[in-house]
Amino acid sequence: MTVDLRTNYLGMTLAHPIVPSASPVTADIDHLLRLAEAGASAVVLPSLFEEQVEHEAMAVHMGLEWAKDSFAEAADGYLPDLDDYNTGPARYLELIRAAKNELKIPVIASLNGTTTGGWALYAKILADEGIDALELNIYLIAADPNLTGDQVEHQYLSLVELVRRTVEVPLAVKVGPFFSSMANMATRLISAGADGLVIFNRFYQPDIDLNQLEVVPNLILSTPAELRLVLRWIAILHGRIVGSLAATTGVAGAEEAAKLVLAGADVTMMASSLLRHGPERLRETVEGLETWLEDKGYQSLEQAKGSVSQAAVADPSAFERANYMRTLMSYSPQW
Amino acid sequence: MTNLFTTVDGNEAAARVAHALSEVIAIYPITPASPMGEHSDAWSHLGRTNLWGVVPDVVEMQSEAGAAGAVHGSLQVGALTTTFTSSQGLLLMLPNMYKIAGELTSTVFHIAARTLAAHALSIFGDHSDVMAARQTGFAMLASASVQEAQDLAVVAHAATLRSRIPFLHFFDGFRTSHEVAKIAAIGDDVLKAMIDEDLIAQHRLRALSPHRPVLRGSAQDPDVFFQAREAINPHYSAVPSIVQAEMDQYARLTGRGYHLFDYVGHPEAERVVVLMGSGVGATSEAVERLVAKGERVGMVIVRLYRPFDSDAFRAILPATTRAVAVLDRTKEPGAVGEPLYLDVVAALFEGDRPSPHVIGGRYGLSSKEFTPAMASAVLAELDRESPKRHFTVGINDDVTHASLDYSSDGWDEPEEMIRAVFFGLGSDGTVGANRASVKIIGDRTDLHAQGYFVYDSKKSGSRTISHLRFGPQPITSTYLIGPGQATFVACHQFHLLNDIDVLELASPGATFLLNSPYDSTEAWEHLPDWIQRGIVDKALDFWVVDATRIAAEAGLGGRINTVLQTCFFALSKIMPRDEALAAITEEVQRAYGKRGDVVVRRNLEAINSTLDGLQQVTIPAAAVIGVTSPRDFLESRLALAPDFVQRVTGMMLAGKGNLLPVSALPVDGTFPTGTAQWEKRSIGTEIPFWDPSICIDCARCALVCPHAAIRFKVFDPEALQGAPDGFVSKEASGTDFVGKFLTVQVAPDDCTGCGVCVDVCPARSKEEIRHKAIDMVAKDDQLERERANFDFFLTIPDPPRHEVRLDTVKGSQMIEPLFEFSGACAGCGETPYLKLLSQQFGDRVIVANATGCSSIYGGNLPTTPWTVDETGRGPAWANSLFEDNAEFGLGMRLGLEAMEADARLLVTALLPELGQLGVEILEADQTEELGIADQRQRVESLRQQLAGIEGLLARRLEGVADALVRTSVWIVGGDGWAYDIGFGGLDHVLASDRDINILVLDTEVYSNTGGQASKATPRAAVAKFASGGKSTAKKDLGQIAMAYGNVYVAQVAMGANMTQTVKAFAEAEAHRGVSLILAYSPCIAHGIEMSTQMSHQKEAAASGYWPLFRYDPAFEAQGQPGLRLDSRKPTIRFKDFAEKEGRFAMLARANPERSSELMASAQKDIDDRWNLYEQLVEVHRTAEYTELEDR
Repeated sequence: MTVDLRTNYLGMTLAHPIVPSASPVTADIDHLLRLAEAGASAVVLPSLFEEQVEHEAMAVHMGLEWAKDSFAEAADGYLPDLDDYNTGPARYLELIRAAKNELKIPVIASLNGTTTGGWALYAKILADEGIDALELNIYLIAADPNLTGDQVEHQYLSLVELVRRTVEVPLAVKVGPFFSSMANMATRLISAGADGLVIFNRFYQPDIDLNQLEVVPNLILSTPAELRLVLRWIAILHGRIVGSLAATTGVAGAEEAAKLVLAGADVTMMASSLLRHGPERLRETVEGLETWLEDKGYQSLEQAKGSVSQAAVADPSAFERANYMRTLMSYSPQW
Repeated sequence: MTNLFTTVDGNEAAARVAHALSEVIAIYPITPASPMGEHSDAWSHLGRTNLWGVVPDVVEMQSEAGAAGAVHGSLQVGALTTTFTSSQGLLLMLPNMYKIAGELTSTVFHIAARTLAAHALSIFGDHSDVMAARQTGFAMLASASVQEAQDLAVVAHAATLRSRIPFLHFFDGFRTSHEVAKIAAIGDDVLKAMIDEDLIAQHRLRALSPHRPVLRGSAQDPDVFFQAREAINPHYSAVPSIVQAEMDQYARLTGRGYHLFDYVGHPEAERVVVLMGSGVGATSEAVERLVAKGERVGMVIVRLYRPFDSDAFRAILPATTRAVAVLDRTKEPGAVGEPLYLDVVAALFEGDRPSPHVIGGRYGLSSKEFTPAMASAVLAELDRESPKRHFTVGINDDVTHASLDYSSDGWDEPEEMIRAVFFGLGSDGTVGANRASVKIIGDRTDLHAQGYFVYDSKKSGSRTISHLRFGPQPITSTYLIGPGQATFVACHQFHLLNDIDVLELASPGATFLLNSPYDSTEAWEHLPDWIQRGIVDKALDFWVVDATRIAAEAGLGGRINTVLQTCFFALSKIMPRDEALAAITEEVQRAYGKRGDVVVRRNLEAINSTLDGLQQVTIPAAAVIGVTSPRDFLESRLALAPDFVQRVTGMMLAGKGNLLPVSALPVDGTFPTGTAQWEKRSIGTEIPFWDPSICIDCARCALVCPHAAIRFKVFDPEALQGAPDGFVSKEASGTDFVGKFLTVQVAPDDCTGCGVCVDVCPARSKEEIRHKAIDMVAKDDQLERERANFDFFLTIPDPPRHEVRLDTVKGSQMIEPLFEFSGACAGCGETPYLKLLSQQFGDRVIVANATGCSSIYGGNLPTTPWTVDETGRGPAWANSLFEDNAEFGLGMRLGLEAMEADARLLVTALLPELGQLGVEILEADQTEELGIADQRQRVESLRQQLAGIEGLLARRLEGVADALVRTSVWIVGGDGWAYDIGFGGLDHVLASDRDINILVLDTEVYSNTGGQASKATPRAAVAKFASGGKSTAKKDLGQIAMAYGNVYVAQVAMGANMTQTVKAFAEAEAHRGVSLILAYSPCIAHGIEMSTQMSHQKEAAASGYWPLFRYDPAFEAQGQPGLRLDSRKPTIRFKDFAEKEGRFAMLARANPERSSELMASAQKDIDDRWNLYEQLVEVHRTAEYTELEDR
């Protein structure tokens, strides 16, 4: 007997719920081909960062212009003017084209904008390339003390509305967990036009170098220990929003994927584990998930999906605060 | 046939033709010809084909001599081959040129004619280089304008194939090579019609081929050489008619006719000027104006200079001519006259009728201005009863009184022409915007357009003045816009108002545009009073715009170019405003489109915001009009300077060098050092601020300062007496400095604000991590206090050299730098090494400096950073050439050794009189500073004793006694010299075993000429002449030098390991043989942030890209391996280092696949070299003596 692993995500039917997420593992066509070969049901390309695209172009411009015409013997500057600098989203678009040409699975682009105009501009550029869906990777650090929570939420919602008005492709919104009312925010994001949510994005995490006494950028790979937060919110949101749910962060293999499916995830996304173990980990995860479902007597993924969500469990408080005290009490030192 | 207009400069005009008509192009960088090679390299890289559909192979050689050799070889096998050069480069080609001509080989050399170095180098234009080539046998064709640079290039290529005589096609460096002008372009149809395919086939047939072997380049004996040399004569005789025929054919194709000689002027002229080159433009204006006034004057334009067709010359001269003035743009000291003069005299002498009276004069050397007023003075001289037979014009020769007087009065330029001048900084894009404006107007209107750009001699904070002309008639004005002539004046930097009288060039009623942080209501009160006076006196239409704010708001940083360009179009009304805006927009898209949409978008945002910010200033009715001038300020600064600096240097600093008479200048090119201190350019907007409370006394800030603008001094507390209130010091730390104080002091007017000191400062506040012991702060708030502090700081005595550890960072920085305040680029990677050298050995060093960046910031007038200590001692410096610097330095050592030997002989001979002093002098140990100081004292005593000793021996000893004190010779130059053009000589000096120190300031590129690749350029980097990325690895010069075994070799990077650098310099100096230091020198050509160049060097070492090592023969002598690696095994990948540099990153963007391939190879280069070095540190070079005996 085989289990029907098909799942619906953003209106697309995927062969199974294991999808490589926006990360370096999907950054070039060779990797994408290997992931597809390993059985990925869809791919999310790395985020196109508006800020980076613009910064790079300006860096090229300033690099060429700087010191130009400042000395009679070097009037043309110090670097040759080349034919094409491939700035802007050109390379990203090439990746989309290559992925669309060579993969038979849905290709989801990811966008991280900084300006209102930028979100709309680049969303349209990406959509025009024929992507199957667009993931908006929203990354706002509300560091301004004058900025209220309402204003922050409004920023999220207005840019989702803007992009929704701009493009027609299925739209996922990837956010962090740091809202006063995540459930409410999730509902409003769907109302603003999102077809689904991806929870949660992992922010750039500054660290301090104790030798150099400098702040250094850092992003450490996720571990299964980070699954819990995602698991909770998938379970809470399942059935409460009218849209797809993708879980990301902490999916190391079949075990985590199975938990997320039970909690209600339509898709479980992997990155750190693929970075660590290679594309074969994806195949192993799919196979492991299938085996587990099979062992448990499920006939389809849909059957299992959400079966242990908050709405479905005997003790709904387990996903809420009431469980907190109990958990703390049960955790004692091992020494 | 096609006759489209285009707007290009002379270099591009000639290079287009050369590239289209060649198969092989051998190049080498030299100003002002480099752009021809750069264009060719870039075009071929982009796949642009020649007339026959083939992409010309553009190959950079190691020197112009190499380029000429490659051309010769390529021609020998039948390829259509060309090259470009100037000045000394042409001199290096001469030997091959004789051969190429002697073998009747068709080729064209395109020359941007430039001054030859004599008493000084000059990058500017005259004919001294091409005149040195006139006996090579090359035909010489002179272009006088950008249009002609294109047209006569075609004629030259056509004529060389038909005549078999090689052609030297030349035009004036800078004035034509760099002038942007609207010209009638030609298409391939014209070229195809001009180039006879049969002649190419014949060229091929004459080539060497094993299918039809011949021998060429034989050695001949007295029996036949002479006859064989004469056999060529008919070919030369045929050249004039061939050239004229090609000119005629070109005229049929394009409508532009030329002749061997052309005549302009009155048909019955009595007085005629003869000249060639860009001076033709100014002279033609003078002649036309004088003829219009009824004067019978004319001008003969020489186009085919060699072979000189005497018949054609005589035929062109009006029969009425009674007097001829020949103008030569060259000087041939000792000759009866300059070359063109002699040719004209001989041609007239050989004619059938009596020769008119002929006089000859020099003009325009080194791009000296040549104006219609000067040409008129020449014609006026011919009208005098006894005209000067030999004269100069354009200068005031108050020594030999050869110069002609002239006056610019009455020589106003025509009213219908728009003349605009723009004052800006090199870094703000002013010149680029003006180039674009010329192109827009040239390409999109019926107007003719001309742009010429003047730069100062500094690489940091350099100022530019753009001269633009637009008018309905072709523009022949080959000179700058003069005082009172500009109808539009723009000052793009507010602070320039304080230094330059920008309104001097404004005509009455002109428009004045100022980039001002103050709006129309406030601007007036912030103007210097001489600017207010100028505006009122000339009734200027005054406008302001805050371009800096508009550009910043659009995300363009300090690039104010498009904002001010928009203002220019709006105010000048050359084009309808909407049309102009559309044109600017299109130009922005054309120029910046490939760099990214955001670049275009931001520029367009700036343009769209501009007109709202453009405001007319109403001149207050009761305007306060002052009476001072920029000159007053300058003179107040110079009041304490030596007489020469005040009289001569000061005039140059004030931009009035043209007014200096001949008598003011040294006769032999010898200038005092110690002059940069008088400039006080004050270009930094931020300067370092020292916080002694957290300073750890490391002196790194002082060591790395590229401009010697941060000083470090340790002193006794008593020295603080009389210190200004704001003077700061702290107790010095360390057991060597108990009871001492120290101060880190900024020279506020000499700092460029580069920030390198802050980058290296290791001392951070415990409370606030971003606060260091050195922080950059706004200068204006500190200026007055720090000026007083610096003045006081200079009065604190330095410790004696022998009392400090000069081989340590701290010790070396306690000594006053004798290299200070250079005009090198802000944050320069080279100058810290020179400053260190000057601190360690500056009082006894002679520097032989190769031509390049270091010779420009080191020796380009008006000032020099090389200076003297309180005793008056300091580095003595000379620049010979680019290619010969190692030999030049060796010669210095040879001379010093000879004089020392002579002196020792004389001391020995005079021992009876000198007694113990003589013995001590002969036996002096000068290995340490104290020994040198003692020997100086002895020589001083010797001089005193000699004064009392009679006889020739004593007098001779007085002449050479200084040679008894140890003198260090340092040979300094860049990688272009050491790796390429001067390598042969360098290698010879490495093998010489003389006491010589060689410092290679390795920027890995020809920095001074704008960033062309050298053999030091790393694989995977883009550079000019390597726009596809350099495909070969950098030469390992250190390995080559180490192979000699007795050469001290150190590879250093100051930012990576300061201690090793300082130690290496000390060891090199101590080594009594040849020492070579390869010093990693980050450069703006790397495309890096220069403020962090020192910390970036750490990554260069950490990646193994620039391994640090020292090879000391002394180690071998001690039984240890000679090589010591001073950096650790690579800890980061090359990519991690390279991706921070534009030279690598640009290729990664433009061509990721090729970049990836080259980067992988470059990593392998590093891995392989490290692997080799790791083995070498274990290797004993010295064989065991017993083994030798056994053999």
